[in-house]
Amino acid sequence: MNFWLLVVVKVLVVAGAVMLPGALLVIFGELKISAHMQSRIGPYFAGGRFGWAQPLADGLKFMQKEDLVPAAADARVYRLAPYIVLISTVAIYVIIPFGPDLTARDLDLGVFFLLAVSSLSTLGVLMAGWSSGNKYSLMGGLRAAAQLIAYELPMVLAVVAVAVQAGTLSLGGIVQAQAHTELFGANIHLPYLITGQLLGFLIFTTASLAELARIPFDMPIAESELTMGYLTEYSGLRFTMFFLGEYAGMVAFTAIAATLYLGGWWLPGLSPEAGYMNVVGPIVLVTKVLLLSFLFIWFRWTWPRLREDQLQTLAWKWLIPLSLANIVGTALFKVIM
Amino acid sequence: MTDTRTSDRPGPGGGSIIPGIFKGMKLTLKALLTKPVTVNYPLERETPVPRARGVIALDTEACTVCMLCARECPDWCIYIEGHKEHVPPATEGGRVRTRATLDRFDIDYALCMYCGICVEVCPFDALFWSPEYEYSEHDISGMLHPMERLTDWLESVPDPPTLETS
Repeated sequence: MNFWLLVVVKVLVVAGAVMLPGALLVIFGELKISAHMQSRIGPYFAGGRFGWAQPLADGLKFMQKEDLVPAAADARVYRLAPYIVLISTVAIYVIIPFGPDLTARDLDLGVFFLLAVSSLSTLGVLMAGWSSGNKYSLMGGLRAAAQLIAYELPMVLAVVAVAVQAGTLSLGGIVQAQAHTELFGANIHLPYLITGQLLGFLIFTTASLAELARIPFDMPIAESELTMGYLTEYSGLRFTMFFLGEYAGMVAFTAIAATLYLGGWWLPGLSPEAGYMNVVGPIVLVTKVLLLSFLFIWFRWTWPRLREDQLQTLAWKWLIPLSLANIVGTALFKVIM
Repeated sequence: MTDTRTSDRPGPGGGSIIPGIFKGMKLTLKALLTKPVTVNYPLERETPVPRARGVIALDTEACTVCMLCARECPDWCIYIEGHKEHVPPATEGGRVRTRATLDRFDIDYALCMYCGICVEVCPFDALFWSPEYEYSEHDISGMLHPMERLTDWLESVPDPPTLETS
């Protein structure tokens, strides 16, 4: 088959079969969990039972709304921005391994690709903020840029430590490396969270919360001061795309965190080579993704928003030095053992 | 330059921020695991307290068309019209008496703010609070309750509380 045709088919399959259901599931989880955390019931009637169809209904409603472009907006950039955000998220899904053979494309430079495309969404957010012709949007875009630059660094540095320990940049390879961990000559087949990357995991999850602009790092959106930040002027299908991109990004980042630190599709006790892992693997990964997503939702509905200077202080004064120390420690550890 | 506004500044309680973060997470987790307080309205109904301010009922027999309620109403949502009727003398050769009769007594619940001043101000105990609350309408004109509807609410008015005896 033609190479490009194959790429398109793979991306469509990944987006339709993994990203969309994943994002809808997490949106539903957010609606329900947030409701119960506030002693409410949440969606109840849509779909007949438990309001399971609420995310679909919301999506359909958004799609019917008029797609407004403000008169002051830079129309072409304004229209393009949501696509860039969504595409950068879809691109992450291409490299997530769901089993030994279940990867749309297991790149040798997987981790590098991941960091490259995930920072692409920053560009989309900046474009949205700048092109809207609205002060709130501009402030939101600026904050997003400052925040994403600040948190991209600790994230990259945390991932470097994983790459050092695994000796590979391929995500599939990192899962295999976790399944074959050896410490001081002994076979300790445990995820990296336990065998040396606890600090890295904390830094990575903090940075991904910031990358996703979720509370406590939702300064770019900050409803109480910026209306909706860079999303202020968006409506209709384009808003849906941003919204979907946000939650799809959450699933993507939790899947990456699960792959890098929690063993991905592999669990201690399961054989990473066995054929049945192609069936069990996706279930294991999805369970880990849902657990991490629950954690993110839990944070969001508990914590207040950080102030802009606190946010920058946390990144530059704490996370970056810590992640540098983490790399040095991991490298020393790797040499000693 | 020293920045006093660092992220590890003590919280309002005077302690560090860190324990507060976990305290908050414990609280939301507890709320997540306990039953929601929501009453799922159309499927289950909350019983209002007996003296709840649901709707105002009218006793036409007690009303003297004095207009006090209509005049005190901050929203001007009470419409009253009446006329004088001549009542024949009770005994032979007696005097013909006049009596005020209601022609119209409407309360526009689209305007009413449920302050209860009309109930308070009525000198003849013609107005009562009823705890009924299910009278929403698809059309706003349906919120204007005519006299007949107001008297129907009387059935749902609870008995007055027993008098306090010292």
